[in-house]
Amino acid sequence: MAALRQIAFYGKGGIGKSTTSQNTLAALVDLDQRILIVGCDPKADSTRLILNTKLQDTVLSLAAEAGSVEDLEIEDVLKIGYKGIKCAESGGPEPGVGCAGRGVITAINFLEENGAYDDVDYVSYDVLGDVVCGGFAMPIREGKAQEIYIVMSGEMMALYAANNIAKGILKYAHSGGVRLGGLICNERQTDREEELAVALATRINTKLIHFVPRSNSVQHAELRKMTCIQYSPDSKQSQEYRTLAQKIHDNSGKGTIPTPISMEELEDMLLEFGIMKTAEQELAELQAKEAAAA
Amino acid sequence: MPLDNNAGDGEFNKRLIAEVLEAYPDKSRKRRQKHLDVSRGVPEPEEGVSPADDAALSECNVKSNIKSIPGVMTIRGCAYAGSKGVVWGPIKDMVHISHGPVGCGHYSWSQRRNYYTGTTGVDTFVTMQVTSDFQERDIVFGGDKKLEKLIDEIGGLFPLAKGITIQSECPIGLIGDDIEAVARKKHKETGKTIVPVRCEGFRGVSQSLGHHIANDTVRDWVFDKKDHDGFETTPYDVNVIGDYNIGGDAWASRILLEEIGLRVVGNWSGDATLAELEHAPKAKLNLIHCYRSMNYICRHMEEKYNIPWMEYNFFGPSQIATSLRAIAARFDATIQENAERAIEKYKPFVDAVLARFKPRLEGKRVMLYVGGLRPRHVVNAYVDLGMEIAGTGYEFAHNDDYQRTGHYVKGGTLIYDDVTGYELEKFIEGIRPDLVGSGIKEKYSTQKMGVPFRQMHSWDYSGPYHGYDGFAIFARDMDLAINNPVWGLFKAPWKKSA
Repeated sequence: MAALRQIAFYGKGGIGKSTTSQNTLAALVDLDQRILIVGCDPKADSTRLILNTKLQDTVLSLAAEAGSVEDLEIEDVLKIGYKGIKCAESGGPEPGVGCAGRGVITAINFLEENGAYDDVDYVSYDVLGDVVCGGFAMPIREGKAQEIYIVMSGEMMALYAANNIAKGILKYAHSGGVRLGGLICNERQTDREEELAVALATRINTKLIHFVPRSNSVQHAELRKMTCIQYSPDSKQSQEYRTLAQKIHDNSGKGTIPTPISMEELEDMLLEFGIMKTAEQELAELQAKEAAAA
Repeated sequence: MPLDNNAGDGEFNKRLIAEVLEAYPDKSRKRRQKHLDVSRGVPEPEEGVSPADDAALSECNVKSNIKSIPGVMTIRGCAYAGSKGVVWGPIKDMVHISHGPVGCGHYSWSQRRNYYTGTTGVDTFVTMQVTSDFQERDIVFGGDKKLEKLIDEIGGLFPLAKGITIQSECPIGLIGDDIEAVARKKHKETGKTIVPVRCEGFRGVSQSLGHHIANDTVRDWVFDKKDHDGFETTPYDVNVIGDYNIGGDAWASRILLEEIGLRVVGNWSGDATLAELEHAPKAKLNLIHCYRSMNYICRHMEEKYNIPWMEYNFFGPSQIATSLRAIAARFDATIQENAERAIEKYKPFVDAVLARFKPRLEGKRVMLYVGGLRPRHVVNAYVDLGMEIAGTGYEFAHNDDYQRTGHYVKGGTLIYDDVTGYELEKFIEGIRPDLVGSGIKEKYSTQKMGVPFRQMHSWDYSGPYHGYDGFAIFARDMDLAINNPVWGLFKAPWKKSA
């Protein structure tokens, strides 16, 4: 048996982390890999497409019912989904109370200590939003995930977030040995999107591992609580996810230590690609507009 | 005994500070340097000119109220200690919840000797430990529901409790629980006073911020919340503020105030009831004992209710007489006559105490390191016994405390702010005083150095030390410590004397 591979998907909220990761992992199963998904999001929707339903029994909700995590059995929290993929959700408090970050730490420790990681080839963490506090950095810390995949797009805020996550990875790269596996660009059809993604990847010392084109078939599958792989295995989009899965599988040990760039550098890059305009450009446009109106 | 204005120790103390600072790395040395100094004597007034009542003897200009340096052994506490341990804890007919994990409440349980009357567990609760005992689940999902349940349970267990305070431990602030909302809701349901206190331990540099936060909650959650029109006032109503009744101090002070004809309507917060807090704005004068921990609420009462405040000092006969006269001066001739009569009445008692103990203590030198007010207030009690203060310092003082210290200590006195374990040990070694007065953490290391020691937070399980009665006990205790025959046995008998 090959050594356990632990990967994590990070990225700006709403960028499609959960969708991308679940589709990719569904494709990875076909490469004869045994997979465990750990959802690190209080919304608990990281395993919905694999289980074809939303997982209600999260580690933390069950722990709260039983008294504490020490009262739980691993069978209570592990559910089996599409082609035997094991799923667990950390869960967490309702918005605005408690400490979700502490919840992620508790849940991951529980899973690990109770053997959830035995007999799998892959553990994949799906982590909420940006790295917002120490709790959500848990999969990066302490040698948990070895490779981080950042889901991003050509939109400005997604690029900011990707760069920020790279900072988080750099912080723990030396103590925990975590590496940046690459960027996954989820197409949003912005200007020169792929070029920009490649440029950012180069700047932060990584690569664009795959450019996932936009397709409505993802939406169709998702409405039916399925991955594309399951819903329309022969579609072009499913093929894209298979390609991504193969690339990630082949990427073992090829992660890099990122070199995140400063805000100024990032903004300069956006200027270069015409995403952001310089003050002069904006002035010129304004004058042109006024001239046209006059 | 008048204080000499220029003791010859100044130069020695300066050298001692320099030597002690040597041990630190550059950056730490620079920072600690500002907290250590020798008081500078101010010129004595010319003969025949009486010094103004507020004339300072020296200037003590050390930096204070700054974060301690990581790595040193500081003696400071935290904001929770300031609120739960000092200000709110002694209010006897309320239940004080240590809100958070079990340790903060458990390991500080009954550490201050706030005496009180009442039946514990029935109508008074000071020495009880009540905690919400946070578990992982409460951190992750928030602890507000548990707090509500706890408040309900307290209502059932202790129906005679007049109210509840919620003393926040660190995690409450980290996870952002809304304890104010819980307090409001439960107040509506029960009608009882419920005070949420945001005294998370990580706030501020010492327990001092906890005092301030606690004072503010009295202002915001107690004052003007109930109708007390039935409370009958007299022109002689005073509050004693900042006496925590350690070993019965407040009772020893109250005797004197009542003897001169005043009515103590509230004693904050030793042996206090919630009603005493509520009535306080109806008093005529606030007498502050511990300025550091409760000046805030006195300033508020001055602004809002027009109640003047003054500091007083009931340690040692000379300060007691001065303070009684100063307090009486705020009232009419009858009170002033009563004050003179009281001072006269106790004179034989004081003379007897001095006759017995002064010869045994004369010329002994003392170093102090305590908390809020004692580093200055007890100075004259020692001086009355013929003793001398060689060094003094505070754990959590601010600038105004050091300014006030100048009224008590003469020039050349060693002054140390937030002294570290290392510095204090070296200072004691250098000065070799006849007595050190500090806390439990300093006690045994000092005694092992062969130096007599008295705990000056807890009165070493003795007390009271306030008032005339207290002075007799104080004098006896210092004699017990200094003239204990054990110090003659300090040298191992098998070692030849040099």
